[in-house]
Amino acid sequence: MTLHFTIPAMDFSAAGKASTEVKKLLSSIGFDSSLVKRVAVAMYEGEMNVAIHGGGGQAEVNLDPAQIKIRFIDHGPGIADIDLAMTEGYSTASEEVRSMGFGAGMGLPNMKRNADALEISSAVNEGTTVTLVWRLGAVS
Amino acid sequence: MKVREIAEILDAAFFAGEEFADLEVQAACGADLMSDVMAFVKERVVLLTGLMNPQVLRTADLLDIKVVVFVRGKKPTNDLIEIAKETGTILLSTKYSMFLACGRLYEAGLRNGGVREIA
Ligand SMILES: Nc1ncnc2c1ncn2[C@@H]1O[C@H](COP(=O)(O)OP(=O)(O)OP(=O)(O)O)[C@@H](O)[C@H]1O
Ligand SMILES: [Mg+2]
Repeated sequence: MTLHFTIPAMDFSAAGKASTEVKKLLSSIGFDSSLVKRVAVAMYEGEMNVAIHGGGGQAEVNLDPAQIKIRFIDHGPGIADIDLAMTEGYSTASEEVRSMGFGAGMGLPNMKRNADALEISSAVNEGTTVTLVWRLGAVS
Repeated sequence: MKVREIAEILDAAFFAGEEFADLEVQAACGADLMSDVMAFVKERVVLLTGLMNPQVLRTADLLDIKVVVFVRGKKPTNDLIEIAKETGTILLSTKYSMFLACGRLYEAGLRNGGVREIA
């Protein structure tokens, strides 16, 4: 099963809707609640990043018996230094974004911590793709 | 500690979810940055915050946080109350500052921070 979501740029009231929907779906399928929470948290961080930094984009959620895969795609400014972006506390978020409670520079590290695998591919001025995977069945 | 006791200790008013006041919580977390809440909160906590916007409730819902206390006398607006009713979240408002609200709960025996180990 594949679900598609559009993530509008800088729309704080919409951001988080996709994660909430996916969380509900996974719970209703009967996934373990701690796995559901890990997926929900990582997806919310991913959604916020696309909305705040990526200029809006797409999320693609793929469920199959072996894994849960979530891919975020945007065509925004890209990430010049991925290692730096992965550092806890590093953030380029604006004052406005911080006043909303975001921009602690914790999102990408938090996604990595909550997923079994995280892959980022990005090119400056072309965009960013972030892929998260949770393997099912195996103990993670 | 029951949410009802938390409300008493903080001299706080309910703005949503008073019918769930017998809910037990074991831990509390005070934060204004939702990114930090997402990164550190591990257990079901009562969240104390000075931030007031829909993202607070969205974050709470995603993390299964059932109780949100707004500090420094901030009263939730109607749109927030509506969201809280939908998600079954308890909303409280206290006139105490973040420091004093956390301190009062700590003194009353709510000592667990509910966060993962911080290296
Ligand atoms: N999709 C993206 N496009 C461009 N830059 C990005 C993207 N995602 C992240 N970044 C860059 O990486 C930095 C770190 O991202 P991270 O999610 O860890 O923190 P943040 O979004 O700034 O704050 P937080 O997630 O804690 O609210 C961002 O500040 C931004 O510079
Ligand atoms: Mg982020």
